[in-house]
Amino acid sequence: MNNSLIIGQYVPGNSLIHRLDPRTKITIIFFFVFIVFFANNVLSYGILVAFALTAMLTSKVPVRFIMKGLTPVWFLIIFTFILHLFVTKEGTVVFELGIFKFYSGGIIQGFAISIRFFLLILVTSLLTLTTTPIEITDGIEDMLHPLKRFKFPVHELALMMSISLRFIPTLMQETDKISKAQASRGVDFRTGPLKERVKAVVPLLVPLFISAFKRAEELAMAMEARGYQGGDNRTKLRELKVTKLDIMGYLIFILVVAILFLTRTYG
Amino acid sequence: MRRELIEFRNVSFRYDEQSPWVLKDLSFTIYEGEFVAIIGHNGSGKSTIAKLVNGLLFPQEGEILINGIIVNEETIWDIRREVGMVFQNPDNQFVGATVQDDVAFGMENRGIPREEMVKRIEETLQAVQMSDYRLTEPHRLSGGQKQRVAIASVLAISPKVLILDEATAMLDPKGRKEIMGTVSELSEQRGLSLITITHDLAEVVQAERVIVMNQGEIWEEATPREIFSKRNELRDIGLDVPFVAILAEGLKQVDLKLTKEPLNQEELLEELWILHSKT
Repeated sequence: MNNSLIIGQYVPGNSLIHRLDPRTKITIIFFFVFIVFFANNVLSYGILVAFALTAMLTSKVPVRFIMKGLTPVWFLIIFTFILHLFVTKEGTVVFELGIFKFYSGGIIQGFAISIRFFLLILVTSLLTLTTTPIEITDGIEDMLHPLKRFKFPVHELALMMSISLRFIPTLMQETDKISKAQASRGVDFRTGPLKERVKAVVPLLVPLFISAFKRAEELAMAMEARGYQGGDNRTKLRELKVTKLDIMGYLIFILVVAILFLTRTYG
Repeated sequence: MRRELIEFRNVSFRYDEQSPWVLKDLSFTIYEGEFVAIIGHNGSGKSTIAKLVNGLLFPQEGEILINGIIVNEETIWDIRREVGMVFQNPDNQFVGATVQDDVAFGMENRGIPREEMVKRIEETLQAVQMSDYRLTEPHRLSGGQKQRVAIASVLAISPKVLILDEATAMLDPKGRKEIMGTVSELSEQRGLSLITITHDLAEVVQAERVIVMNQGEIWEEATPREIFSKRNELRDIGLDVPFVAILAEGLKQVDLKLTKEPLNQEELLEELWILHSKT
C-alpha cells in the first residue's frame, strides 16, 4: 500500500495541461463552470464538448482514470435525464408508453442537462488529475493573496492545507498498523451486524486520535525550533510562474468563449 | 582555549509549580567545535536541556548563554539561528511535502532568497547523501533517510551547534550508525559543535566529553573511556552498559590485564592481540 499510494487523483505526467500554472487552470475552470450555462443549441454545446475533449486528450491522462472520476455522478446524470423525460411537457409527443407521454422537449432538455453535468465533472476532474494537491494549494494561496488586506489568514490556511496533505499517508499507514494490532487482539472489522462493526471502529479511532494529537504537538515544536514565526517576512521555495503556455491557454479559452457567444441562439 | 558557545549558569527548571524540579542548579559549559554527549535514563532531565538551549522552554532560575547572548523571549529567534535541532520522531518533524520543501522550510522562515535556497538545498542534501531523493515524498523514505533530511534542513541555516535529541532512538542499528557517522563527519568539516542526547551508551563513544545526568543533576562529566570504566555505577542509575564493556569486565575478573578500557569491538580485539603476543 505504501508505494502505490497517490494522494488525491493526481496522475503524474508532463503534458501541456500538466505544465500549465495551477492558477491558470483554476481560473479557466472557474469561468468554464459559468460558460456551460450559456450554451443553448447544438453548435454551442458542440464547441464546449470539443474544448473539454481536446483538453482531456492533451492531458494524456488515460481515459479509465477520467471515467473513474465520473462513476459517482453517472447515476445523477441518468436520473436527471429520466426526470426530464417524464416531467417536461414541451414540444410534440414523440411516443407513448401506457399512460406516459414522452415529449421532444423533454428529450432535448434531458440531453442538455446531462451534457452540462458531464462537462462540469470532466473539466473539474481534469484539474485534480493533472495538478498535484500542493500545486493547487499554492495556486489558491496566491489567488487569495489580496484577501490578506482584510486580515484573512491566507498563509496559515495554505500551510494547514499542505501539512494535512503531507500527513495523510502517514496517518493512513498508522491506521493500517493500529487496525492490524487490534485485529490480532480479536477485534473483528469485517463481519457481523453493522452495529457491531461500527463499535469495532472505536478501538481504532481512539489510539489514532491520541497519536495524531501527539504528532501535532511534536510537529509544532519542531517547526518553532526551525524558526517558524508565521507568514510575515517569509520567502518561498516553490514559485509559480506564468509562462507563454499560460498565455496561450487563456487565449484559447477566450476564443472558445467568443465562438460560444457567436453561435448561441438569442431571443 | 576554545571559545565558550553554550553556558548554563545555575539553571533550575520545572514544568509547573507543583511538580518536582526537573533540573536542579545545573551549570556547565560547551565550547565551540566540541562534541559532547549528554546521557541519562528517562526522566533524568536530558531532553529538557535541549529545549532550554533552543528557547522552547525557559528556566525558572539561573540563566543560559548562547554565544554570549542570554536566552529569553526577545532573543529566541536569534538563538534559533545558531542552534539546530533534530528530534526523536522522524515523521513528526518533517514539514514539507517533499524532501526539498522540507529542507527549504527553515530557510523560508528566515527569509532567505530563493536562488540561495536552491543552492543550499543542493549542497546540504549532498552532504547527507540524499541528493537522489530531492523530490521524494516523506512516506516513501525510511526513518534513517528522514533523519538525514532533518539534519540537512538544520545544516541549511548553518547553525553553530547541532543538537540531536534522541535522534537515533527510533532507527535500526544500521541507520543509527550511519547517522552518527554522517553527523560527526559534518561537524568536523564545518567546525560545528555537536550535542547528542541519548540513553544509549554505545552512542557516546565518539564524543570528546560525556555529561551523565541523573535526577536533574550532573552525575559525572568525563571522557567516554572514563565513563565506560564505571560500569556498576552506571547500571545503578539505570543505564544500559554496552556488551563490550561487560565483556571487558568479565575478562578482568579472570585476571586478564587490559591496558585500557575498550570502547568498541575493534579496541577490545586489539587489546586481546597485544595480550596474546605478550604471553
